[in-house]
Amino acid sequence: MSENIQLNSEGKLKHFLTIDGLPKSLLTEILDVAESFIGIGDHQIKKVPLLRGKTIVNLFFENSTRTRTTFELAANRLSADVLSMSISTSSTSKGESLLDTIRNLEAMFVDMFIVRHSISGAAHFIAQQTAPHISVINAGDGQHAHPTQAMLDMFTIRQIKKDFSPLRVAIIGDILHSRVARSQIQALNTLGVAEVRVIAPKTLLPAHVESLGVNVFHNLTAGLKDIDVVIMLRLQKERMTSALLPSESEYFKCFGLTEEKLKIAKPDAIVMHPGPINRGVEIDSKVADGPQSVILKQVSNGIAIRMAIMAMAMQKQGVM
Amino acid sequence: MSQIHIKQGQIIDPVNKINRVGSVYIADGKIISVNEEPPGFKADQIINAQNKIVCPGFIDLSTRLREPGQSRKATFKSETVAAASAGVTTLCLQPDTSPVVDTPAVAELIKELAKKANFPQIYPIAALTRKLEGTELTSMLTLKQAGCIAVGNANQPVGNLLILRRALEYAASHDLLVMFRPNDYWLSNNGCAHEGAFATRYGLPSIPEAAETIALAQCLELVELTGCRVHFGQLSCKSSVIKIHQAKKYGLQVSADVAIHQLHLTENDIIPFDSNYHVLPPLRTDSDRQYLRQALASGTINSICSDHQPHDLDAKLGAFPETEPGVASLETLLPLMLKLVTEGVISLEQGIASLSGNPARVLGINSGALTVGFAADVCVFDALLAWQVNSDNWKSQGINTPFWGQTFKGRVTHTIQAGNLIHCLESPEV
Repeated sequence: MSENIQLNSEGKLKHFLTIDGLPKSLLTEILDVAESFIGIGDHQIKKVPLLRGKTIVNLFFENSTRTRTTFELAANRLSADVLSMSISTSSTSKGESLLDTIRNLEAMFVDMFIVRHSISGAAHFIAQQTAPHISVINAGDGQHAHPTQAMLDMFTIRQIKKDFSPLRVAIIGDILHSRVARSQIQALNTLGVAEVRVIAPKTLLPAHVESLGVNVFHNLTAGLKDIDVVIMLRLQKERMTSALLPSESEYFKCFGLTEEKLKIAKPDAIVMHPGPINRGVEIDSKVADGPQSVILKQVSNGIAIRMAIMAMAMQKQGVM
Repeated sequence: MSQIHIKQGQIIDPVNKINRVGSVYIADGKIISVNEEPPGFKADQIINAQNKIVCPGFIDLSTRLREPGQSRKATFKSETVAAASAGVTTLCLQPDTSPVVDTPAVAELIKELAKKANFPQIYPIAALTRKLEGTELTSMLTLKQAGCIAVGNANQPVGNLLILRRALEYAASHDLLVMFRPNDYWLSNNGCAHEGAFATRYGLPSIPEAAETIALAQCLELVELTGCRVHFGQLSCKSSVIKIHQAKKYGLQVSADVAIHQLHLTENDIIPFDSNYHVLPPLRTDSDRQYLRQALASGTINSICSDHQPHDLDAKLGAFPETEPGVASLETLLPLMLKLVTEGVISLEQGIASLSGNPARVLGINSGALTVGFAADVCVFDALLAWQVNSDNWKSQGINTPFWGQTFKGRVTHTIQAGNLIHCLESPEV
């Protein structure tokens, strides 16, 4: 199965599973369409009728509040009927049950699945198995991809910085386990930024990480020099128990973003975080709530981006 | 038992250094001549092998037929037909069945199933430790007497080196061959792909080469300490090849094999998230593949195994890391070996030896050669006959192969096991 299962025969979006393999023009189109949705939240009637009569199922095999909520809101604002299901992974640890779940929902005449799953490749698998008229949007699969998060980050960067080409972006933290980082790196490189850096201890970097098109730093001070965009990643508590890191405090000392460290980056650098943030672990509260932080802007942009992607994936059904 | 005359074939028998056109005569289940027609010989069956190659039947050092315990995946009936159609006349079965081959009763059950399937040359490998748990030794001698050809722990690690030492010492006391797939449980960390660019790009849990090479290095130290005969199976990386080469040079009694797919596929060939490429050890880099190929050419690795692991559809239907590893590979064994010859990696003699004479030597059995007096295990194949891997041609119950749909050159036309014609390709199809 290749990435182009995401596109139909005319090169239009059918599924949105990963940034990998999508052309720059399509990413730009997503950003432009999202732009047109950005004002809708301010209107008295916060709805457009693009997906009226369509049924969208949020299929969350892994806990998430923020992502699920923004997908629900986005679908509501497109006037779709939304069903949200949280399915505990324990009952669907086998491929057969995952497939059975999908087949059952298919039988209810669903038009789109929004899938989050703890296993890499789950969204690809579902896209491959579903009926041809159904679109699948990946809301995060294992350590593989979280493409809507990456696109809302790109949207936020473009909103503030306008042009991608001169930008130097640093992604800091647990790259190894991060689907967000993988999708961000692919999106940034496709959109043509000047440089992407990853900054982390070796235990939190995957093998051959440079093959993703990044420069590698193990030192925050060196890595932040000349940086326009700082992206912090969430550090999961279980990284300490699996001997990837000695302690939260030592991690904060080395890789935590403080006001002082942020001064090393360009004066107009912005600070981003996909959330939820661990204050005092990867980021100091003063930075998270400070003037350079765009963390909450990311959250609001998440709705417009997801509206854009859902609407575009439904194009084949005469939408837009 | 019928008398068979295989005539006018290109006979290739690396053990007896034969490579010429001629006849093979079979009577009473044995090879009786590879030259002159024996006086009074009257053939019941004549196989015209003109423009075909006649060689010893293949011996597979690592196969899974899934019985007992997993007949939804495959059965002796289905897989012995697949083996016969692939020219394989001897199969060594891994002990990770359900129940595990750790008692004589299970070994006898396997021999019984083999007999029922009319494919007697099936040899179970007994478990090295009870339930393959790596904690207690099995009754190896009793298992040997029940028909087991070697002992091994399949894919399960023996984590405690003291237990591994004692297992090797005990096996050595009874002159048992240990078949060992090196794999460190902790370093492989439930991974499903090689720790490299591919796994990084697709966010797959990965397995470093060190998971194999550290376990290999540890076992080699214990080989020196215990004097046990150990055969290392399904090696996947460059550093393993170097370690085996050094160990042999140093004089250790070791041998090694490689699974056929490791000689052809690398991480770069994996179609993203296609579970047919999920194998253990994982497909590694091009450099690893080159080393494995060179090792085969130089003899550091002397055998190729199929590492046949048929699965039911459900086992491969899921997100890549959740699916079960393994390839159904008996039937692509010969064409993929011939591809190595076409690509100039090895000679045809070497390829045949790596599937017959060499594994026979590893196992210490009188087989793998067309020696007069040996059981008549013979494979006749047409090296140029093209066929497609599709449901018309495929015999195995498992269709889990990354080569599905591909067209290969090289097809077995006749297989003879101990004098019985167990496969005859009636109507060749393209």
